[in-house]
Amino acid sequence: MSARLIGLLVAGLSTWSMAARAADQAEWMQRGQAVYERCQACHAIEQHRTGPAHCGLFGRKAGSAPGFEGYSAAMRQSGWVWTPATLDRFLKAPMQAMPGTSMGYAGVKDDTERAALIAWLKLATQPGRSCQLPRP
Amino acid sequence: MSGQSKLLSEILSPLSRRMALKGSGAVLSAGAVALLGGRDALAACTKGQPGDAGSDVRILNTALGAELEAVAAYQVGAESGLLSKDVLALALAFQGHHKEHAEALAATVRKLGGQALEPKAKYSFPVDKLKNQADVLRFAAGLEKGAISAYLGAVPLFGDKALAQVAASILGDEAMHWAVLRQALGEAPVPAAFMS
Repeated sequence: MSARLIGLLVAGLSTWSMAARAADQAEWMQRGQAVYERCQACHAIEQHRTGPAHCGLFGRKAGSAPGFEGYSAAMRQSGWVWTPATLDRFLKAPMQAMPGTSMGYAGVKDDTERAALIAWLKLATQPGRSCQLPRP
Repeated sequence: MSGQSKLLSEILSPLSRRMALKGSGAVLSAGAVALLGGRDALAACTKGQPGDAGSDVRILNTALGAELEAVAAYQVGAESGLLSKDVLALALAFQGHHKEHAEALAATVRKLGGQALEPKAKYSFPVDKLKNQADVLRFAAGLEKGAISAYLGAVPLFGDKALAQVAASILGDEAMHWAVLRQALGEAPVPAAFMS
């Protein structure tokens, strides 16, 4: 087999692999977005609702979304910062993870669903890139 | 009338007529009153368990907040000028149900010794994205689906099973709203055997 043919095969496989990864990633995001639909009675990405808007969530101190006044004392005083790890803990069982939270929800129990949700949130909540922060 | 509007009208006319009948609302009210009637005894029971009652009140108040928001959202849809007569009647009927849910939840919170959440002075909805009737229906369907999930997630958390029953009763109503809205959008009204 010539070096040129091998090169073409490697390039072809690499392209196929990248395309497959992109398709997997798109499917993963769709799954996360579908899980987020469960949240939208109380939450939106760009508007404060019964719960706070999620734009700008990652790296934010829990209970500190500007303009949202409906936090429980437990959330305001938790000292938590939202990261993939803290979100994972909270979303699994909100009322156990943070006793006194207003989020009266049993949680996203399935580990895979929770991971997809957090991955999608990370993409969908980047201020100025994928979302706009609520106006004060 | 466009083909889509005609189809929507055909789907919704019998529903709207049925929902316009006062009897339907009266039955729901009676149901809510009956459910709440048992809460006097419940309130007396839970006073001895402040921890459980406090948790239940928080869950109920969060549900109340979402119901008040749904009432406001349907008002936005009703005033948008984007809805046909039949769809408007449907939206107002569903809004009426959410008002009844809110009243029942607020009454239960008060009976449990809590302070019921008040409606916000202002709600924020993505009105700039609502360009036609289908957008409004899709937005409402999203809220209803979220409500189903919210109640589903709340039912197992109540310290008192009677409250879980009230929440499940409301969940059933939200699920019917969601199915009808999906039907109106031309989507499968019941897309799966289970909700999550």
